[in-house]
Amino acid sequence: MAEKKKSRATVTSQVMLSEGIYSMWLKFPKEQDVAATAVPGQFISMYCNEGSRLLPRPISICEINKEERMLRVVYRIAGNGTQEFSKLLPGDTLDVVGPLGNGFTLKEGRSILIGGGIGIPPMLELAKSLPGEVTVVLGYRNDDLFLKEEFAPYAEVFVSTEDGSAGTKGNVIDAVKANQLTADTIYACGPTPMLRGVKEFALSNEIDAQVSMEEKMACGIGACLACVCQSKEKDSHSNVNNKRVCKDGPVFDVREIEL
Amino acid sequence: MNLSVDFAGVSMKNPVTTASGTFGSGAEYNEFVDLSRLGAVTTKGVANVPWPGNPTPRICETYGGMLNAIGLQNPGIDVFVERDIPFLKQYDTNIIVNVCGKTPEEYIAVVERLAQEDVALLEINISCPNVKAGGIAFGQDPKQVEKITRQIKEKAKQPIIMKLSPNVTDITEMAKAAEAGGADAISLINTLTGMKIDINRRKFALANKTGGMSGPAVKPVAVRMVYQAAHAVSIPVLGMGGIQTAEDALEFIMAGATMVAVGTANFHNPTATTDVISGIEAFMKEHQVKDIKELIGCVE
Repeated sequence: MAEKKKSRATVTSQVMLSEGIYSMWLKFPKEQDVAATAVPGQFISMYCNEGSRLLPRPISICEINKEERMLRVVYRIAGNGTQEFSKLLPGDTLDVVGPLGNGFTLKEGRSILIGGGIGIPPMLELAKSLPGEVTVVLGYRNDDLFLKEEFAPYAEVFVSTEDGSAGTKGNVIDAVKANQLTADTIYACGPTPMLRGVKEFALSNEIDAQVSMEEKMACGIGACLACVCQSKEKDSHSNVNNKRVCKDGPVFDVREIEL
Repeated sequence: MNLSVDFAGVSMKNPVTTASGTFGSGAEYNEFVDLSRLGAVTTKGVANVPWPGNPTPRICETYGGMLNAIGLQNPGIDVFVERDIPFLKQYDTNIIVNVCGKTPEEYIAVVERLAQEDVALLEINISCPNVKAGGIAFGQDPKQVEKITRQIKEKAKQPIIMKLSPNVTDITEMAKAAEAGGADAISLINTLTGMKIDINRRKFALANKTGGMSGPAVKPVAVRMVYQAAHAVSIPVLGMGGIQTAEDALEFIMAGATMVAVGTANFHNPTATTDVISGIEAFMKEHQVKDIKELIGCVE
């Protein structure tokens, strides 16, 4: 073993999609190509150039371009680390480790992809990758519908907004019900209350569901046990009812975790 | 050039190990570093039974450091013995097992279970700030330190390192108490108790409210305490606290540490351990130091 290293990525583009939400493409060197094995639902650890910020920021992969050795991340400014990333310009570099975690398991048949807020970005590469009929439901606060148009080539897109300014007023499950959507598999990423709603809907309608979890991380590779979520059964690694979001997830079958 | 050291009777190919809790049992970092290059691997704390740890969030970043309150989540000694020891035995490195417990009996149960195992040293965690019982409760009173050291030493088949807390008035009293109780070595510093408040949510950043602070921001405190402790006792010292680079590690060695541990730096740089070893070699070459032992405690 002992072959993994940090990769020095180069920013090739950076744009602000909406207030506080940025889209960045990263290109990797041939000898440490993070894009080579990336799959939808995985994340990368992005390191700050400012040395006082020690911990990597786990950011989900939004799009993968293997031919160009590039990954796209769409992230929200949540603190000083993501603020630093938002100021990077084309040509700037930063350290990246990845791809990390387990992605979504791609299933045949009809799919509903549900993304809420900053949980929307990983759904884009997934929408492009799924073999069957794809419907996408995106939850926003208001009519600032970042990334929505980019899903249009791959899926029928429905929207919910908290303030009712676009699509269904309410949450993503309200939009699923209002449009009488159904599927063989649901894939979801978003805040925990949203994932709880997805779990309830999936279980009561007997639909398989895979959810991507989020938790504060330190190492990002499964060693430090910071980012655990509660599992239904005793986990084989931890020997307690805890799974590591970074290593065992971030994508889980909704039936194996407590929300 | 000789980097090898003798630590409490155990021969180490170099003075660098990992700080408990930052490196698991090595399986994850094995993808980044060749574990056989390390003087020793110090494992995450293990108790007699599985511990679920604290609620999340368990960590947060601070300026030049971080707070953690993992709460010593561990799979228990049975899984550890069956899975983690055989894993580490594949590598040419020493195993230091960090032992935790809530009562003296719990520590002793782990120590006795390890008696027949091929483990080089036991590091006894009497300084975790994130668990309600045990941990630091044993580490802040010299009488308690001496007593539990003696109780464990009586049962231990391997040499024991008492891991000391920096959250005390006088570190030299604790170091002397561990020595008086029969410790073969001491390690320090464990984390400094800290707190962070999320002003936007008006909540504590950690579910546990307080956490242990580590990272480069604590290094000067750690170097000072290692210096004081090393001068207070004649048993060897394993120094740690904010080591990111070879230069940092050499400060601890010159202050009197025979070995050093790399902890939080692993999160910042997954190859920090081997980078520190390579850096020490480069320093010795540049300064024509033939034996690392020339540097241990060289600053009086």
